[in-house]
Amino acid sequence: MTQGVILLAHGSGGKLSHDLVEQLFLRHFTSPALLNLDDSAILEIQNPSPEGDLCKSRISVPHASGGQNARLAFTTDSYVVSPLFFPGGDIGKLAVCGTVNDLSMSGARPLWLSAGFIIEEGLPLADLERVAASMAATAEQAGVQIVTGDTKVVDRGSADRLFINTAGVGLLRPGVEIGGDRARPGDAVLLSGTIGDHGMTIMTHREGLRFDSPLASDCAPLNGLVAVLLAAVPGMVHCLRDPTRGGLATTLNELAGRSRAGIAIDETAVPVSEAVRAACELLGLDPLYVANEGKLVAIVAPEAAEAALAALRAHEYGRQAAIVGQVTGTHLGRVVLRTALGARRVVDMLTGEQLPRIC
Amino acid sequence: MKYIDEFRDPALARTLLARIAARATQPVRLMEFCGGHTHAILRYGLRSLLPETVDLRSGPGCPVCVTANADLDRAIALAQVPGLILTTFGDMIRVPGSRQSLQEAKAGGADVRIVYSTLDALRIARDNPARPVVFLGVGFETTAPTVAAAILQAEREGLGNFSVLSLHKLTPPATRAILDAGEVALHGIIGPGHVTTIVGSDAWEFLPGEYGVPVAIAGFEPVDILRAIADLVDMVETGRPAVANSYSRSVTGQGNRTALEVMDRVFEVGAADWRGLGLVPASGLAIRDEFAAMDAARLFAVEPGPTREHPGCLCGGVLRGTVAPPECPLFGRACTPARPVGPCMVSGEGACAAYYQYRQDAP
Repeated sequence: MTQGVILLAHGSGGKLSHDLVEQLFLRHFTSPALLNLDDSAILEIQNPSPEGDLCKSRISVPHASGGQNARLAFTTDSYVVSPLFFPGGDIGKLAVCGTVNDLSMSGARPLWLSAGFIIEEGLPLADLERVAASMAATAEQAGVQIVTGDTKVVDRGSADRLFINTAGVGLLRPGVEIGGDRARPGDAVLLSGTIGDHGMTIMTHREGLRFDSPLASDCAPLNGLVAVLLAAVPGMVHCLRDPTRGGLATTLNELAGRSRAGIAIDETAVPVSEAVRAACELLGLDPLYVANEGKLVAIVAPEAAEAALAALRAHEYGRQAAIVGQVTGTHLGRVVLRTALGARRVVDMLTGEQLPRIC
Repeated sequence: MKYIDEFRDPALARTLLARIAARATQPVRLMEFCGGHTHAILRYGLRSLLPETVDLRSGPGCPVCVTANADLDRAIALAQVPGLILTTFGDMIRVPGSRQSLQEAKAGGADVRIVYSTLDALRIARDNPARPVVFLGVGFETTAPTVAAAILQAEREGLGNFSVLSLHKLTPPATRAILDAGEVALHGIIGPGHVTTIVGSDAWEFLPGEYGVPVAIAGFEPVDILRAIADLVDMVETGRPAVANSYSRSVTGQGNRTALEVMDRVFEVGAADWRGLGLVPASGLAIRDEFAAMDAARLFAVEPGPTREHPGCLCGGVLRGTVAPPECPLFGRACTPARPVGPCMVSGEGACAAYYQYRQDAP
């Protein structure tokens, strides 16, 4: 991959992003924990000794061992959303929630976060204050601590106001085995609520698109929701993902691909708010591809589907949860949609960029 | 959602499907002119629900797709004029030209900005008074009036740095060109709903009058399209071709007079180069001499270099209705939405993109 240049679409979370990771980064970065390509790396520390070669021999992927030792989940994400402040959240809330959610999707309890700030010369201090306060409030709500940080200031024009990177460490719950490759035919596909709220909020509030709508981002920390789900159906949750960039369609395609299974979803079962539907119609977008920041997809054993649904619905971030489909033993690696009219068609990954700089 | 849900009603759709199945006793081949119709048909899976006697062919109704490579190359060359800001609707930026796309030109440093309305382009011109701002005018009769209005607005404001590269095209002459070529026998045409909202359904009277081909103007919801197909099948079966307005909540016989007047004030009709159809007389809109100061084609002398076409790309045939997208050897192999070879795989209205994105190959 030495020809050409980076296009915005390489950052869309869709097909080109995947190609970039697989064809460029994974040729250079080859750690087994990374190769799982889940939202977090899972690192197991056996008999920790500072003198030993922890890197080489004592950190292993979890599926191979019995789970007696401490298992850490570790993840990082960068936030470049524009505008910095939007209905339902801001870049700081997003930066905490995004990393908390990535940790949560591995089944871990998020504990500690880092925060790195890349600030453009000229950013009003009041904006930075507002972002920091929002991060602190969100961290408090999620029960995580921001324990280390870094600040860089760059020349005007070298960044767009404020970029934030957060990394996070969490502790895996004993016995929990969740991964993108664990969906099995017959499993139920659950979605924790309406789709498209975050992406359409950003879309309708960014420069050049000013129309009134009652949209708000769904940006929220999902560790509490994951905790009640795992407690309600222990051992029955096979996959967890938060459908961010690329939307539900891209997330389901990733899961189908990783699990070498098919996924069939029902168009009429996928919850979409009236405001999002209307905004999508106006802009010609498909909500299946629009980003979310406070939703999760859970793939659970069929016998646990109803109990899992009830657990999600009992939580404030899962009130509109629904069973949207099931995992199949046919059309492996593909997602198929039953349309409202009863026809069936493939649902592909996002190609190109749906929205610039939404997270 | 009001005005949408009733046109996606499964019960109503099933009734129309039953009516079509009962009436379509002999094979009928219909062309949906609009790429928007192609996308709706595939997105809702209508092809698989229709009886086998009904054959749907997609037509040239994708403005991005019918833009000739030479014109696209000109736009890309314009974007590389130092200091110039090229504003465009989103779909255009991914279409591969002879050597590169606007997206690649942008990554290489050209200032290409996606806008959702000509009003955004005007705002960019106001905000950057020292730089030329060009709007890439690609579209049919639906888009042209808004571009004409922007030119009039710029004139009123004295916005000296705003101009338009007009590649606008007219849909009735393209339909005529396809029928005149006679490459594909069509029994009826699903007429473009948005275009006809502007031009009026009377503009299609020549189809039944001169060619004996019925046309049904359709909206873009599944029930709209099924109703148009049912109307067309009825007209084919009874042998009484006419213009059926199956989109009466938006379309009138006369169209939108205000929009047509604004369009006529700024543009004059001339020949246009269409991908797939070649040079079609009286099918394009050029900026009138009176507004030459806002005509990017006259303001900037660019040399885009020789035009090259991908030898295997069958977009031309797809746009004429002679090739179904999956029949192209590149479809889904060398040409996918992530790495498009031709424009029909790029655009939100492109037939290949619709057939690929909503393919029904899974069991």
